Amino acid sequence: MPEDFNLSCPIPIDRHDTIQMAHGGGGRLMQRLIDDLFVAVFSGTAERKTRSPLHDSTVLDAGGARLAFTTDTFVVNPLFFPGGDIGKLAVCGTVNDLAMSGADPKWLSAGFILEEGFPIEALQRIVQSMQKTAESAGVRIVTGDTKVVDRGKGDGLFINTAGIGLVPDGIDISPARVQPGDVVLVSGDLGRHGIAIMSVREGLQFEGALESDCDSLCELVAAMRRVGAHLHCLRDLTRGGLAAALNEIAGAARVGVELEEAAIPVAPQVAGACEMLGLDPFYVANEGRLVAMVAAEAAETILQIMNGHQAAHGPAIIGRITGDHAGCVELKGGLGGSRILDLLSGEQMPRIC
Amino acid sequence: MKYVDEYRDPQRARQLADSIRRTVTRPWQIMEVCGGQTHSILRFAIDESLPPEITLIHGPGCPVCVTPIEILDKALAIAARPEVIFCSFGDMLRVPGSEKDLFTVKSEGGDVRVVYSPMDALTLARKNPEREVVFFAVGFETTAPANAMAVAQAARLGIKNFSILVSHVLVPPAIEAIMTSPDCRVQGFLAAGHVCAVMGMGEYEPLAKKYRVPIVVTGFEPLDILHGIEMCVRQLEEGRAEVENQYARSVRPEGNPAAIRQVCEVFEVSSRKWRGIGEIPRSGFQLRSEYEPFDAARRFGVDQITADEPAECIAGLVLQGQKKPHECPAFGLRCTPERPLGAPMVSSEGACAAYYRYRRRRPEGEADER
Repeated sequence: MPEDFNLSCPIPIDRHDTIQMAHGGGGRLMQRLIDDLFVAVFSGTAERKTRSPLHDSTVLDAGGARLAFTTDTFVVNPLFFPGGDIGKLAVCGTVNDLAMSGADPKWLSAGFILEEGFPIEALQRIVQSMQKTAESAGVRIVTGDTKVVDRGKGDGLFINTAGIGLVPDGIDISPARVQPGDVVLVSGDLGRHGIAIMSVREGLQFEGALESDCDSLCELVAAMRRVGAHLHCLRDLTRGGLAAALNEIAGAARVGVELEEAAIPVAPQVAGACEMLGLDPFYVANEGRLVAMVAAEAAETILQIMNGHQAAHGPAIIGRITGDHAGCVELKGGLGGSRILDLLSGEQMPRIC
Repeated sequence: MKYVDEYRDPQRARQLADSIRRTVTRPWQIMEVCGGQTHSILRFAIDESLPPEITLIHGPGCPVCVTPIEILDKALAIAARPEVIFCSFGDMLRVPGSEKDLFTVKSEGGDVRVVYSPMDALTLARKNPEREVVFFAVGFETTAPANAMAVAQAARLGIKNFSILVSHVLVPPAIEAIMTSPDCRVQGFLAAGHVCAVMGMGEYEPLAKKYRVPIVVTGFEPLDILHGIEMCVRQLEEGRAEVENQYARSVRPEGNPAAIRQVCEVFEVSSRKWRGIGEIPRSGFQLRSEYEPFDAARRFGVDQITADEPAECIAGLVLQGQKKPHECPAFGLRCTPERPLGAPMVSSEGACAAYYRYRRRRPEGEADER
């Protein structure tokens, strides 16, 4: 070893004074921004101690009726991708967030931020795609807003949608109901959306066409609700993938999650792309998959219901909820060992080699 | 998945672990050189299947982790310039320099882009003739051929607005530095299969002889690593110190002659600083004088930037295999992937990050704070 070697370390970057991309990446930085800024200010510190765990949409009492309410903003690039477009995504995303509270989605708003110079023809295709998706999901787009920004101030088109749904009587689906012994299921194979987007964006070529899984899940959820109170919690898998969704639930419900790696479905093309890029498919984005926590005695019934449904694509039981290691998602590998499936700080970055 | 699943077969893994258990009679310390191997070991919990006699020491083979802070400061200075499109592999973006990282430069308006190959950066240079495109050429021997090819092509095509910031390091000098350290605990090496696929095995023979240490060229899948360990343990138990090839499906003894030719045409061996270790003579590449016009450090006048690396974390000890990541008092507390104190916490190949991701259990209380 050279004489002059020193034990080196950079000065830590203590905090960020400006917004970083990782603040929107679905990982830990985003969770902190939400918890420490948005929730802290909007809900007040006293209430914060007692608030129920955050969910994809919030359920409000409106004179006896229970309304689920949510909003989501869509900034995908490219606007058109294999298996969908930003319009389909904007409807499915919000409809799915409502469905995860057990609600029947009813009404959506649509806000458009358009960049000067954006082709009207592309906008027409996107709006028609929104309407088609809304019709098949049984929702109506009933209000909206349009703003145009200078060329260079927007990435072509941003869409915000907000949605309202009605939660049927007797339905209570939330992280608070998750308990040790529950079985964890996914509705299909993972990672298609993220890899499809990446392959278009980066010009990567993979064997066999890979399409986004972008789809409405509300009919699937309506079918799953037939098992009644046994359906404890639902979460659609979006940014941050399965890992982010289960970490949020484990934290919110103060339970542990134990997964069997071999049971988690991943298509060979997705697995291959992830191997090549040094990505973990359990962190890759989805737009038409959900994870369900159900009472053990209803697990097989739910699996059968999912199996017969067109919005599920190879559903599977992938693990269970435990009372140990609260807040932690553990993955049992095929070789017998186990590892932690932690929340990433931001988006996954492809590795060097 | 074909060509992957067969190297992750649980039954075969158990057989190899059993064979290691039967072979071993006393404690051995084996270093896997490459960060990709460290990642696999932690991801598949390979170390948990080994008998207690075997200790795996995680080596300095993560390019992100050993890139010295002053090169990062040079990268940050170049990336902040308005005329520059700065291209990098994704996992360099979060590595802290003295004051910031590339993500921060990007949020401040720098044009920083993730690419998958230096050839992508060359394409960007051709598409944007009015901009300066700089590629951050980081890595071991594995990434050197493609980086050399990009520079050679730029020269041939007369592309003037392309340059690379070179931070290339070499495995054999690092093995030598580790073996000559007075605190060296390593008794056997798993050499990095991909590096040898390029450079061949010839450089390792003199090392094995001189230091009486077995070196097994090893792949990256669980069965590769277990097999490499088995071969290494067998040598240790039999008192042999040879270079063996576990990864024969990819590595030929002579390496890849075409790739070596390309590398030697563009690069020459030079001294390099290693983060956490210091300067090692003849341990890296620099551009040959005829390719100096493509040296971004010269082109943008950042040659003079130097940076001291304040001693806070124990990255140096971790990279030399003298400490495990979780033995650092800052691990998981003051040092996390969001706020890394040292580079091994940044890259997913870094030993600290691998431990953080796969081994750390969140403290029970943390869920309550949310």
